Amino acid sequence: MSELVYDGVAMAGRQLRRVRNSPGLAVLTQLMPVNMLLFFGYVFGSALAMPGQEYRSFLVPGLLVATAAGGIMTGMFQAAQDTHRGVTDRFRSMPVSRAAVPLGQAVADLVVTTVGTVPLLLVGLAVGWRVEGSAAAAAGAVGLLLLFRFACTTVGIHLGLLTRSEEAAGQLGASFFVLPLLSDAYIPTGNLPGWLRTLAEWNPISAVTTALRDLFGNAPVPDGAAWPVAHPVLGSVLWSVVLIAVFLPLAVRRYGHC
Amino acid sequence: MTTTYAVLSEGLEKRFGAVHALRGLDLAVRQGAVCGLLGPNGAGKTTAVRLLATLLRPDAGSARVAGHDLVRDAAAVRRSIGVTGQYASVDGDLTGHENLRLFARLHRVPGPNDRAAELLGRFGLAEAADRKAATYSGGMRRRLDLAASLVRRPAVLFLDEPTTGLDPASRNGIWDTVRELAADGTTVLLTTQYLEEADQLADDIVLIDRGRVARTGSPAELKALVGRYAQAVVADRDALPKAAAVIDQLTGAEPQFDHDGHTVGAVTTDPTLTLPRLVRELDAAGVPLLDASIRQPTLDDVFLRLTGSPA
Repeated sequence: MSELVYDGVAMAGRQLRRVRNSPGLAVLTQLMPVNMLLFFGYVFGSALAMPGQEYRSFLVPGLLVATAAGGIMTGMFQAAQDTHRGVTDRFRSMPVSRAAVPLGQAVADLVVTTVGTVPLLLVGLAVGWRVEGSAAAAAGAVGLLLLFRFACTTVGIHLGLLTRSEEAAGQLGASFFVLPLLSDAYIPTGNLPGWLRTLAEWNPISAVTTALRDLFGNAPVPDGAAWPVAHPVLGSVLWSVVLIAVFLPLAVRRYGHC
Repeated sequence: MTTTYAVLSEGLEKRFGAVHALRGLDLAVRQGAVCGLLGPNGAGKTTAVRLLATLLRPDAGSARVAGHDLVRDAAAVRRSIGVTGQYASVDGDLTGHENLRLFARLHRVPGPNDRAAELLGRFGLAEAADRKAATYSGGMRRRLDLAASLVRRPAVLFLDEPTTGLDPASRNGIWDTVRELAADGTTVLLTTQYLEEADQLADDIVLIDRGRVARTGSPAELKALVGRYAQAVVADRDALPKAAAVIDQLTGAEPQFDHDGHTVGAVTTDPTLTLPRLVRELDAAGVPLLDASIRQPTLDDVFLRLTGSPA
């Protein structure tokens, strides 16, 4: 266990150094949601009629979760890049705890995400988003967000170890861009046709988004939603735990697999 | 004295789908020796090294590396080996120093910072220590790769094509390092497509072909299998058949003619056939001799002869 912690810290340190040495990609990744907030916020915000609801306040939690879901892409790309460039094999040939490489990557990603979310929050505050609930509830919201990010990164790492190629990971990653579109991240699901609404509400992103809106006090839990959205906090925790429980062991096995 | 083997494998098999990459590889690398693993493209060299470096799991067979079972005690194998190859790479987004320090930490080497600086100095990379490895030239990158596999002195070092694509100066530098390591008692298993490299470095050579060992021996033993090549160059094309008859009679082998119409030669395994004798016999037959030679075979000849395909 202490081996795992020592190796994991070394691996996480490696990922953080990489970001420090080449910050370009990380900065670009974090600029995206800020652009989307301004773009969606003012374009959709003008077109979408949401009674009793300021669209931009609705959108900020959605973008936070959509960005967290981007952990699939980031995790996948990094894992595929390491495998493709032979760095993974270097670690595999060394006496390194098998779980340390995926875990270190996911933990380092949490640090980067925490720092990287600050610009989105600041721009959110500038366009009218506020924390309207208690500080404790807001802290809970941040906790849920980070837990979900960790889960998504885990999924990404497993997929990246499977694809093994930077190009394939890039292509596959781009297709995950649609995941938040099929959720309540950008739009309320209430107006969707029945089957589509069900699909969107069983998207893990919807549970987390609804939980954040509830905890930040931005929007109430919608009526008549599917179970994970109707019980957003528990739904978010369960989704994240299930994703981690399935994909972390798969990623560790895949990493150790020869 | 009994020989101890740093690498000993029996019947190693590996399939990738329909491709049967290794079909029962039996390998014995003497402790402290430099063993050159040669074979045509697709023979299974890289698969063999990846298996022995615990990067792949064998489908069948067994092996011991530095005394540890490859499958049951992979962790102990990993503590005893260093790997430098086309695949096991350093991180281009980290500096040279950061890479070596990370590997030193993972190997639990005391004083990882000092160890990194020491290795950078030894491999002529001190000035590039704080540059990202991605900005290194091919030769510098290869030296950093090699340094990375020596962070903790390995009992067995796997070098997969360590000098492919390098200029002669960089290549000589790597060769010197390999010789130093071997002199220090490190066992080296080297794959290469340059036969000269194997000739320069290897104590033993293992020729593999289609996933199996085709032949083993020292470079000299392998060359002796092929024999020397006796050759004559004549001043006048009309004298060529006469020269061919002499060479045929001396070697007992089928004479081969060059395209220039002036040169004929044949393989000989007769140790009593010396250059003076060759010249005397040709001269006595009245051949207007311009040049004569008995060439030692190169490993290329060995390769062609034993595997039927060029390296």
